[in-house]
Amino acid sequence: MSGPLIEASSLVVRYGAATALDGVDLHVRAGELVALIGPNGAGKTTLVNTLAGIVPPAAGTASVRGRLGVVPEGRQVFGSLSVDDNLRLGAWRLRGRDTSAIYELLPELVRVRRQAAGSLSGGQQQMVAVGRALMGRPEVLVVDELSLGLAPIVVASLAAHLRRLNAETGLAVLLIEQNARLALRLCTRGYVLESGRIAASGTSEELSRSADVVRAYLGGVPT
Amino acid sequence: MSDFLQYLLTGLGIGCAFALVGSGLIAIYRVTHVVNFAQGGFAVIGGMCASSFLTAGLPHGVAEILAIAVAAAVGLAVGVVAIGRPGTSPRQGLIITLGLGILAYAAEVLIWGDQPRSFDGVPGATTLLGVRVPTQYLLIIAVTVLVFALLGLFFARTDVGKALSACAANPYAARLVGIGVTRMGLLSFALGGALGGLAGVLVSPVQQVTFDSDVLLIVNGFAAAILGALTRPILALAGGLLLGVAQTLVAGYGSGAHQTDVALALMLAVLIWQAARQPTVEEAR
Repeated sequence: MSGPLIEASSLVVRYGAATALDGVDLHVRAGELVALIGPNGAGKTTLVNTLAGIVPPAAGTASVRGRLGVVPEGRQVFGSLSVDDNLRLGAWRLRGRDTSAIYELLPELVRVRRQAAGSLSGGQQQMVAVGRALMGRPEVLVVDELSLGLAPIVVASLAAHLRRLNAETGLAVLLIEQNARLALRLCTRGYVLESGRIAASGTSEELSRSADVVRAYLGGVPT
Repeated sequence: MSDFLQYLLTGLGIGCAFALVGSGLIAIYRVTHVVNFAQGGFAVIGGMCASSFLTAGLPHGVAEILAIAVAAAVGLAVGVVAIGRPGTSPRQGLIITLGLGILAYAAEVLIWGDQPRSFDGVPGATTLLGVRVPTQYLLIIAVTVLVFALLGLFFARTDVGKALSACAANPYAARLVGIGVTRMGLLSFALGGALGGLAGVLVSPVQQVTFDSDVLLIVNGFAAAILGALTRPILALAGGLLLGVAQTLVAGYGSGAHQTDVALALMLAVLIWQAARQPTVEEAR
């Protein structure tokens, strides 16, 4: 088996005197669906920014082998640009910028392709953010808070899209979520990040049975 | 009536130069959030270089295009100093451009001296609506309209133009998709330099240019850009034209000494108006 697509090893990230990530070890292999759950301020988005090369590690390594696509927290679409423009810019690093495959995958976007992305609903914007990340033809997709601020029915639809992509194309996904129930149902294994450290890891089944995880993240009710 | 029409047309010509300087400011501000106080200097460099190239024997057209290219290169160099270092804040960038603008005075005096320069533009005058207007003013208006149309197409139709808009809208997301935000900022400085240089090249045949002509241009260009909230070039065009016409009318019917006062008064009025609107906008959120 080839090496992991994402590998963080003893990763430390600091903002001035504050330590955001403190010795994080994590990996995602090709074709895997991996969850990273944890409370606000645990360092989840810092990990995304480090993997994307925006924040440098203070110590340890954060390596990405293959193309990385990122769906950032809060969607972060280019609000004044059309849906089509948002998608095209997702392929900025590549030569071909044909959006037709994305519209086939996310047909809900066809109707709004000429609209300014900022004028769409939260769910549609999240779909644009996913489509934009997929335009870069990633081998691994990091999704930061897929469900944040979205209705459960919209989240279920987006999750189904991710599962289908993973099954059909072998796309690896690192799903970073506060909604642990969603993350553990969707993914095969996961990590728990607390105060910048990996507090627990294992298969989704193991994590779902862990008393600490059930109490802290599943409201005391196992999945 | 004929006086009025003459003031109107020449005012539109001068207003176009203000609009070009203002649109250069906007091109840079949208992407980098730096208010580039060296912007007027690009116009001076454009005018001075065109004058030198023509004196050296280069033909019209080539000399002007080369002068604009020099201004674009200077714009790029200013950008490298102002935003090239990672972590430079827009406020620091603003101060750097102010410093570079003052430094440019020394360089311009060393290269071109302190005497006003000009060169022949399009010769002759054209009769329009019964008024004879120097043809250079009509050229300024025509070129400006063309440049604004091309700028509109550039931002609306090309991926590079859209990437510049993306950097302005959301630099974080732009970086995530692999757009080099600093590189785009430098491109915007080069574009700002070219627009400023174009203003200088167009206006020098009708208004002599000196090393400190940038003050008039930056004050008026900034006033025009403020009208466009530093983000909308088309409103800067309207603002520049309004300023140009108002100043020519003030100079024609009153005193030329109060020309700049018009820009300052307009800028102040717009800023007060925008400040008064701000709480309403925030309350609406």
